[in-house]
Amino acid sequence: MSDQIELRVNGKSIRVAGGTVVAAAIALAGVSCFRKSVLGEARGPLCGMGICMECRVTINAQPHCRSCQVLCEEGMEVRTDE
Amino acid sequence: MSERRFDFEIVVVGAGPAGLAAACMAAENGKRVAVVDDTPWLGGQIWRGQQARPLVPQAQKWIERFRRSGATLLDRTSVIAAPRAGVLLAEHANGPREIHWDKLILATGARELFLPFPGWTLPGILGPGGLQSLAKSGWPVSGQRVVVAGSGPLLLAVADGLKKLGAKIVSIAEQAQWGRVAGFGATLLAHPAKLAQAARIKWRLLGVPYRCGVWPVKAEGDTQIRQVTLTDGQRSWTEACDLLACGFGLAPNVELPLALGCELLEGFVWVDAWQATSAAHVYCAGEPTGIGGADCALVEGQIAGHTASEHKAEAQALFQERSRWHEFRSALARAFALRAELKSLATADTLVCRCEDVSLGRMKQFAGWRDAKLQSRCGMGACQGRVCGAAAKVIFGWGMESVRPPVLPARIESLISVAEKESAEGGKASTGSECRAPALREYEN
Ligand SMILES: Cc1cc2nc3c(=O)[nH]c(=O)nc-3n(C[C@H](O)[C@H](O)[C@H](O)COP(=O)(O)OP(=O)(O)OC[C@H]3O[C@@H](n4cnc5c(N)ncnc54)[C@H](O)[C@@H]3O)c2cc1C
Ligand code: FES
Repeated sequence: MSDQIELRVNGKSIRVAGGTVVAAAIALAGVSCFRKSVLGEARGPLCGMGICMECRVTINAQPHCRSCQVLCEEGMEVRTDE
Repeated sequence: MSERRFDFEIVVVGAGPAGLAAACMAAENGKRVAVVDDTPWLGGQIWRGQQARPLVPQAQKWIERFRRSGATLLDRTSVIAAPRAGVLLAEHANGPREIHWDKLILATGARELFLPFPGWTLPGILGPGGLQSLAKSGWPVSGQRVVVAGSGPLLLAVADGLKKLGAKIVSIAEQAQWGRVAGFGATLLAHPAKLAQAARIKWRLLGVPYRCGVWPVKAEGDTQIRQVTLTDGQRSWTEACDLLACGFGLAPNVELPLALGCELLEGFVWVDAWQATSAAHVYCAGEPTGIGGADCALVEGQIAGHTASEHKAEAQALFQERSRWHEFRSALARAFALRAELKSLATADTLVCRCEDVSLGRMKQFAGWRDAKLQSRCGMGACQGRVCGAAAKVIFGWGMESVRPPVLPARIESLISVAEKESAEGGKASTGSECRAPALREYEN
């Protein structure tokens, strides 16, 4: 648990324990809107298992990554729809 | 081994209890085995966990056995298509992978069933299993007020798990009537270990209201959920919360089996006593054949692993144990059958398809799933109908007749690679251009 990883969520630096998924880091950063829907609604994770695609964010400039399935790595840059 | 092409005698899709058990048997019987899983972890939905927390003994036993078995693990690898017999096409961060098999064991598990109700798209509303999985991987629940709603034994297990992580469980709302749930409790007498487990959970949840015959009708909030309205059919009331964990049981992941030509029976993959499907050399074990829990998945996985590696006597020796778990599976289905009221929770402007934002009112204009898909784009978005297709089946009784790739959401390069394969082979395979284009579009914008 103690191995801390530092990453950035929407430019804000945050430290998390090893084994934390990106979706959890986003929640820890206090962000509730992961993506905007077609009609502009705020959305966040639903299934937590890689199926619903509601948790899509941009990770290291790659868009549409399922944040619930990706483990945090040192220096990651994560962006949600703001 | 080359990054692109892999060859194995037996390939198992899914590293949950069913897949691990199948792989252990087949590898211990001397076969060259690979297990392919979408996620970065072993253990499927129930045993996943990367945090430095002790694994439950059963998980530890199987994961260690798997590591010693000599089977290869291809993790972070999503199987997206079956372009021709003996080959799976998968996606990995480093690019597409082609996985060749002589025998294939499908252990793709299940997902949670979500039903639309007003407000259900607000952030902070997650599936109970989904929230539990995320909480195991660092999602903050400590001090959060959580209402757990929907159906099935998972509600109690999740409430217990979240409470251990410091969440404040406001209440648990089970849609099934008390009489049925109590009847299910009685069937646990035949499974003393399960009964003891249930009793321990109930004990730890002492003081948390567990209401049967209660379901959610509305969620409200601004940027995220703030309160949920529950009803028992007579009376409605509101509970304030930070998170709503809501799911109506599990739905089998049958997309890949369908793409391989496996026949379904009442929504589940049909298998014979040897766990063989209707498709040649393709076996299936665990939740796609019926929702029976991890113990059921383990026995079915072992049988499939033995059968696929031609150790039929060992497989047969497990038939009796399997029938006990199949009784348990039937009892589960009876006790937690969904009540009719759940079909009409959504109002005309409630969104059913969350990817394309298609409302119930719009979907009602169509005669069936196929028609609705083509004309409203529901089920054509990023999740490929995983969420709304299952809901439409409950609400309208619309069935999924067939599946076109990708069976899991995929990146463009991988889809192009399927398309190229097909045109090289004269275009005859399970891919259809009709659905490929929208998938591409979704991923480009
Ligand atoms: C979100 C969720 C949480 C759950 N939590 C609990 C719990 O806490 N306690 C409990 O008792 N039960 C839980 N369950 C029920 C439990 O999952 C099952 O009883 C049991 O794990 C079934 O085992 P399985 O091997 O059949 O499937 P699973 O454990 O679901 O394993 C299937 C695996 O296949 C992989 N997969 C599927 N399709 C593909 C593909 N195309 N390509 C690559 N990989 C693929 C999945 O990623 C998954 O790892 C949960 C279920 C869900 C859906
Ligand atoms: S929460 Fe559903 S895909 Fe990540």
